[in-house]
Amino acid sequence: MKILVPIKRVVDANVRVRVKSDRSGVELANLKMAMNPFCEIAMEEAVRQQEAGTVKEIVAVTVGGAQCQDILRTALAMGADRAILVETDVEAQPLGVAKVLRAVADREKPEVIILGKQAIDDDNNQTGQMLAALLGWAQGTFASKLEFAGGGLRVTREVDGGLETLMLKLPAIVTTDLRLNEPRYVKLPNIMKAKKKPLDVIKAADLGVDLTSRLKVLKVEEPPARGGGIKVASVQELVHRLRNERKVI
Amino acid sequence: MTMLVVAEHDNRMLRPATLSAVTAAARIGGDIAVLVAGRECGAAARAAAQVSGVRTVLHADAAHYEHALAEELAPLIVKAAAGMSHVLAPATTFGKNIMPRVAAMLDVAQISDVVRVESPDTFVRPIYAGNALATVQSTDAVKVLTVRATGFDAAPAGGGNAGVVTLEPTPSTGLSAFVGQELTRSERPELTAAKVIVSGGRGLGSAENFRMIDALADKLGAAVGASRAAVDAGFVPNDYQVGQTGKIVAPELYIAVGISGAIQHLAGMKDSKVIVAINKDAEAPIFEVADYGLVADLFQAVPELIAALDK
Ligand SMILES: Cc1cc2nc3c(=O)[nH]c(=O)nc-3n(C[C@H](O)[C@H](O)[C@H](O)COP(=O)(O)OP(=O)(O)OC[C@H]3O[C@@H](n4cnc5c(N)ncnc54)[C@H](O)[C@@H]3O)c2cc1C
Ligand SMILES: Nc1ncnc2c1ncn2[C@@H]1O[C@H](COP(=O)(O)O)[C@@H](O)[C@H]1O
Repeated sequence: MKILVPIKRVVDANVRVRVKSDRSGVELANLKMAMNPFCEIAMEEAVRQQEAGTVKEIVAVTVGGAQCQDILRTALAMGADRAILVETDVEAQPLGVAKVLRAVADREKPEVIILGKQAIDDDNNQTGQMLAALLGWAQGTFASKLEFAGGGLRVTREVDGGLETLMLKLPAIVTTDLRLNEPRYVKLPNIMKAKKKPLDVIKAADLGVDLTSRLKVLKVEEPPARGGGIKVASVQELVHRLRNERKVI
Repeated sequence: MTMLVVAEHDNRMLRPATLSAVTAAARIGGDIAVLVAGRECGAAARAAAQVSGVRTVLHADAAHYEHALAEELAPLIVKAAAGMSHVLAPATTFGKNIMPRVAAMLDVAQISDVVRVESPDTFVRPIYAGNALATVQSTDAVKVLTVRATGFDAAPAGGGNAGVVTLEPTPSTGLSAFVGQELTRSERPELTAAKVIVSGGRGLGSAENFRMIDALADKLGAAVGASRAAVDAGFVPNDYQVGQTGKIVAPELYIAVGISGAIQHLAGMKDSKVIVAINKDAEAPIFEVADYGLVADLFQAVPELIAALDK
């Protein structure tokens, strides 16, 4: 079985971004970048399935600029066998990315594609579901458990009311939630080994996909700041203020 | 202009987030149709017809719609969307699961987590865990949106008188099958609809200690939430998680106990009307968003608070 793992390069989760003064976007210059945390979980899951013997080959893929090679090397160090950079200067939106990924899936013919549920920059939570639609495959989103069983894929999903389990026909799309696994730290020897693993570069244009965005960002602003709060001296004071000042209890 | 709101329901009742999506549609302006698809969901369809501002209810009933599987519902929504200007659904796990599939089938972009409507083609949504708000304009013929309930009041559940039209079901795709579910049972209000929420974090230390949070919540008639760290540590189930990648809440009162206030947590609660933080670390970032901060050991403060509420 082959697994394709699409990953995205985003601002590190611990960095607090600032809005640019001209309100055209957020300031990204000189910020620490990393593999999107949900994509790390997707990679980790693929590697665990390979270690369990269910999976033969893991291919990591990203859509972005040349600088995105760094997260592909990380994926190779985590255990991917090959990596593909679909190179473009356009900041691709989920529908465009999904179309590129469909083209990659048509070439690679994986049985399963594992994506993150959400990229923590644009917080879209769309790409996996869109790719499932384009391929006409089953989808198991927000997964906290995966099992290959009876020729299909059994997925436990995190939903608003608790957990839900589905059986998916293969091929299938999975998107990861936080509790699926805890990604491993990559060890130095694996980083060295990763340097020798194949990393192919394809031009997005060669896949014949139109990446033009249908959404225009008119402006990006800071959210309204909360008014300054106060420290209360005691539980009594807290109760008094909540009861009499704010009337919320 | 007619808009389609995809209802989230349990075959009998509408989920409150559906009513917020109706309000978002009303802000856009135009006729509102609500799609109620399920199994033996006539009661939910009748409930939708009562919602103020709804013009038409499209009711589709079939066994394969029972569990709201994306593979089954998406083709039906695409069919119902013919001629519509907008398709909206709540930004819950229901809407997030299905709507991008619908958007891709329609070959349009989706605008996720809309918190404000500027005009029929321009919407505001948070990005970067709510650290920025983007105003985006869509050039697509059909606008597909998921709507954050915290951005829009619920439309009145009564006062409407919509006609109910039966919609022929689309054939089953059979791509996926429902196996089972484990829903968290609770007598408390639902997290996303509660007026008061008490949330606990890693500071609670154990599942047993977390019962203090339950006790405080019960005193206040509140829902119980948690940080991711508290969920990961097994103090509470996953559906308690508030934050960027959990639930987004904006109650009248949010009490954060033993929660440090990481950006990912703040993303889920900083639009609450009044925020209280109880933390022993005076430097904890949660105090930057708190209206009332109490620097104290929670093991002392929480029992004291429970007792004070009795007076
Ligand atoms: C991709 C990604 C997504 C995430 N999504 C979310 C999300 O949706 N929601 C979320 O919550 N987190 C999320 N996180 C995790 C987030 O970054 C933090 O790790 C998490 O919120 C920390 O939880 P906490 O505040 O309970 O724990 P900690 O940060 O460990 O804080 C515990 C606090 O308890 C206080 N404390 C300890 N003992 C006591 C005591 N006796 N009395 C009083 N105070 C005490 C401490 O001073 C401390 O401030 C996400 C992280 C990533 C990378
Ligand atoms: N540019 C990209 N390249 C590869 N995968 C991507 C890209 N953008 C998004 N994805 C995948 O889609 C998931 C969800 O992203 P999003 O829909 O943007 O929130 C991510 O976790 C990745 O797995």
